[in-house]
Amino acid sequence: MRRRPLRHVTFTLGVAVTTLLVLTAGLSLVYTPADPLAMSIAGRLQGPSAAHPFGTDQYGRDVLSRIMRGAVTSIAVGVIAVGLGATAGVAIGVLSGYAGGWLDETLMRLIDAVQGFPAILSALLFAAVFAPGVALSMVAIGIAFAPAFARLTRASFLELREREFVVAVRALGAGDRRLIGRHILPNTLPPLVIQATTSFPVAILAEAALAYLGLGTQPPNPSWGLMLKDAQNFLSLHPSFAVFPGGAIALTVLGLNLLGDGLRDLLDPKTV
Amino acid sequence: MRRVAAFAATLFFVSLLVFVVVRVLPGDPALLIMGTEGNPAATARLREAMGLNRPIAIQYAHWLWNALSGDLGVSIQYDVPVGGLIVSRLGVTIPLTLLAACLMSVTALPLGLYAATRHRRAGDYLAMVFSQIGIAVPSFWAGLLLIFLFSVRLGWVESGGFAGWSGGLWPGIRSLLLPAIALGLFQAAVLVRATRSAVLDVLREEYVRAARAKGVSEALVLGKHTLRNALIPIVTVAGIQLGQLMAGSIVLESVFALPGLGRLALGAITARDLPVVQGVILFVASSIVLINFAVDLAYLLLDPRIRYD
Repeated sequence: MRRRPLRHVTFTLGVAVTTLLVLTAGLSLVYTPADPLAMSIAGRLQGPSAAHPFGTDQYGRDVLSRIMRGAVTSIAVGVIAVGLGATAGVAIGVLSGYAGGWLDETLMRLIDAVQGFPAILSALLFAAVFAPGVALSMVAIGIAFAPAFARLTRASFLELREREFVVAVRALGAGDRRLIGRHILPNTLPPLVIQATTSFPVAILAEAALAYLGLGTQPPNPSWGLMLKDAQNFLSLHPSFAVFPGGAIALTVLGLNLLGDGLRDLLDPKTV
Repeated sequence: MRRVAAFAATLFFVSLLVFVVVRVLPGDPALLIMGTEGNPAATARLREAMGLNRPIAIQYAHWLWNALSGDLGVSIQYDVPVGGLIVSRLGVTIPLTLLAACLMSVTALPLGLYAATRHRRAGDYLAMVFSQIGIAVPSFWAGLLLIFLFSVRLGWVESGGFAGWSGGLWPGIRSLLLPAIALGLFQAAVLVRATRSAVLDVLREEYVRAARAKGVSEALVLGKHTLRNALIPIVTVAGIQLGQLMAGSIVLESVFALPGLGRLALGAITARDLPVVQGVILFVASSIVLINFAVDLAYLLLDPRIRYD
């Protein structure tokens, strides 16, 4: 195999940024430079200084501390949304790919329909009847991910169903549950892992967008998207206020994407 | 024919999903609209007027039948038909989506083609860096940065609002330009990668090597032999992106205070105007499904090797 040094550089960068993100989130749970919720009328809208490296917001809260704590929100939404989407998608994919026939046909049309609902659209729909909040964004983003997982699982099942080892195990008298759980599902894992890794940064972007629209994380909880919504009102007076949360999102998503690309090269030799 | 039936079934599921979430999950939409502190008699009258006393399946059939004939109900907030409200906002959302799609295509296709021809050289890496950054920057942040640069600092354009189409084409396009750039950036970055890998795949084909071997000029190899074949996966990706641009425009309308469908829906949520929310979401989701269906058909036209039966 040819050596591709640049691939390694990007992968290492991805690992480094992701580690930084996780460490920041972990650290913020035990230590932040200031209380992320503590307001101070006197110290409103300050630029970066020694006491507040990223400045303060319109309530005098420390922006650095809020960005650190915001990482927790991003990771939590990312993990849970991808988890929900993967669980629902894999369940539908297994049912569809294994059962076939009219059930497969019906489920695939349902999946086509769900594809008409990107995270923003289902979030709008849910916000009409439920209180907006972080749980709503998790569910909305998870639903948007489900079709991809369902299609991948179904495709793997259709391919594996006819393979010799599966036919052999079935001939030996294995039941459906054992056949799916022990023999087929483990073989569908690599593409699902890649899908989950590439979905994670998409979830973080979606969480920020939903919080910005007021459909996701609610104040006073720190969320990067919410901070940008606040920052917009002070764009002409206080531009640095908009730079740091946006930069945090971009850096995180960049790192996770690089990590995902690297992982895809490692797990899927076909793309080399 | 089977594709059309499948498309109809998909649209049916779209309507069912919208109906189930708005009408079935929350319990009582009348109470939701009136609030718990509302007058019980008025709530009961609203329930009667909305037909909420009838069986749920009948309500759904009635709503679907009306929706199919273009009647999406009456807005509670504005007291006008929802269909008319949606149509009045399309003059913002559709041009914004299309403008973003144009910007996306004219930047991403040449850049992706260029990156593929410079495979693993400086130009390729530069294009990939652009793409990685574009994918990482949230569209609404890009919008804020554009407002800061072009409106706050340079004062070239308004920071938001929509000039309308009555004063000619240019004022309207001008107020949609920044949002379209912010909206198109992410999808352009995705399309660059898709174009590059599609072109690379074709460049490895035997017939490209054969064309080069018999002395066909490089421009002709790229334009005639490569691009036409690479277009099949590219059109698929771009088509799916068109639907995503439409959904993404909801966010950008908020950033730039544009009176489009997204702002209509957001305002309706605040005002508990359920028929409007329901109508807008049904419309946008159906449009996305329709676009995906059109992409499927385009696939068939572009590649005669593929046959659905």
